[in-house]
Amino acid sequence: MPCIEARGLRKTFGKTVAVDGVDLRVEEGRILGLIGPNGAGKTTALNAILGLTPYQGELRVLGRDPWTARDQLMRDVCFIADVAVLPRWIRVSQALDYVAGVHPRLDRAKAEGFLAKTTIRNTSKVRELSKGMVAQLHLALVMAIDAKLLVLDEPTLGLDILYRKQFYDSLLNDYFDRSRTIVVTTHQVEEIQDVLTDLMFINHGRIVLNCSMEEFESRYAEVTVNPAQVAAARALRPMHERQVFGRSILLFDRVDREQLSNLGEVRTPSIADLFVAVVGNQSGQAQGAAT
Amino acid sequence: MNTPSNAMPESFDAHRVVPASLSVTRPMYWSVRRELWENRSIYIAPLLAAAVFLFGFLISLIGLPHRMRAALALDPAQQREAIAMPYDIVAGLMMITGILVSVFYCLDALHGERRDRSILFWKSLPVSDLTTVLAKASIPLIVLPLLTFVIIVATHLIMLLCSSAVLLGSGLGVATLWKQLPLSQMSLLLLYHLLTAHALWPAPIYCWLLLVSGWARRAAFLWAVLPLLAISGVEKIVFRTSHFAAVVGSHFIGDAPAVAFTMPDVFPTDPMTHITPGNFLISPDLWIGLTAAAAFLAAAVRLRRYREPI
Repeated sequence: MPCIEARGLRKTFGKTVAVDGVDLRVEEGRILGLIGPNGAGKTTALNAILGLTPYQGELRVLGRDPWTARDQLMRDVCFIADVAVLPRWIRVSQALDYVAGVHPRLDRAKAEGFLAKTTIRNTSKVRELSKGMVAQLHLALVMAIDAKLLVLDEPTLGLDILYRKQFYDSLLNDYFDRSRTIVVTTHQVEEIQDVLTDLMFINHGRIVLNCSMEEFESRYAEVTVNPAQVAAARALRPMHERQVFGRSILLFDRVDREQLSNLGEVRTPSIADLFVAVVGNQSGQAQGAAT
Repeated sequence: MNTPSNAMPESFDAHRVVPASLSVTRPMYWSVRRELWENRSIYIAPLLAAAVFLFGFLISLIGLPHRMRAALALDPAQQREAIAMPYDIVAGLMMITGILVSVFYCLDALHGERRDRSILFWKSLPVSDLTTVLAKASIPLIVLPLLTFVIIVATHLIMLLCSSAVLLGSGLGVATLWKQLPLSQMSLLLLYHLLTAHALWPAPIYCWLLLVSGWARRAAFLWAVLPLLAISGVEKIVFRTSHFAAVVGSHFIGDAPAVAFTMPDVFPTDPMTHITPGNFLISPDLWIGLTAAAAFLAAAVRLRRYREPI
């Protein structure tokens, strides 16, 4: 059974189409990065998956309809939607008590173990913690829940680089065990490049790229072309070209690496460069104005 | 002010007395507790009001022997009035505090969680919207009336004991005082009054406020009050009547006593002979009100399901 399966998933707000007929299949044990510009429909799609919003089309999460079976689904699904949504008045100990009280799958000792590694005190109120510490607290709570699917929507927005690094490190080392599934959206794509097993680009409510990271690494190649060979390189139909310090950097899809290595230095592109190539090509200047 | 402390949530039994299999009551229990964590005014305000009153009462005890001598000369009805007056005042004060706390609580209950976006956290846990809304409704309908009851009884007890000590110390007997203040009967009557006139009867008002707090993006108070004023105004202009305003007013201020009690003219009598629960329970106004309350709550549950944070 796939963890998430959508066919023709669609969601409109008035005349605005937020999610426009998305087909999607996420298998168990994957870490999917959902990348898209602001307003691309990422959060709307995730809200549908989490049963927070009604939708059109077919959607199954862990075999259930997330809108009608939300209450049962939430025992197996965890999410962090946005940074710092923990209520500011709550004490750390109260947050633990409450989640332990309502969630049958919370391992309280585990959560306390995670918190012991931080500087967060049990008696502190959330309003006394820094934004990074609130994210740590939320992650500690979520990681101590034995869930099948974890959804993270911009979990590190506005955190400094140390907290961001730590966040993904603990996620990989202390939580992910290949039977769980994680879906994450973020704008800081470089930081999750090594974390992901699957990659998905979404723009204007549609999926514009969907591949595993193995496929990503074998398919796409970026070449810093020797000045003399630019014309030859262009003849191989790059999907994107940019100039850095007067050198042309060309991005190729499904072109033989050996052939490319004759043109200059070849490497795997960053997710960010591929994103610019795919999404930038698709919507051109209009996208820049819209976001 | 130590006696009422058994009403404070900190002393609630924190042990896991409820087995995990009771998956309905457990989220409910914790949801109510979280309301008390978030809105500490629910118990602080009545406790504070009681403390201030008690302070004043203790000071006034200096003049008690003098007042008691004067009261002994009065006929029984006036005697009762003179002796029981402070006890009635504190009960009324606690009730008004309870109403104020309820109104402000309801107006913020479903608004605050959307304003600070913490609804995204609450909704990430396996607690249904129905459980959350019912937990919030239980604060004005169950928790506050019971809390008010406990605090009033405790305050009465403290007042009675202190008065007795002062009277005994000044050589006056306590027989008249205790005869005019049958605390157990007074408490039963009080409980009945709180459950009828402060919980069941105004239920539609509190549930309406909850609904508006879940709906309004801002100024929940205005949205709660203005439609009621508008409807009354239109009715007044078009039909030259004011039934709507009368109905709303009666549920807020409470016509409940009229159906739930017959007021005794002369004390001391047995207060139990004056309650009329039969009248109260067959009153169509009560059932219309409760139906409206249920409808408002159902709408609030639905809204919480569909709405995004502000």
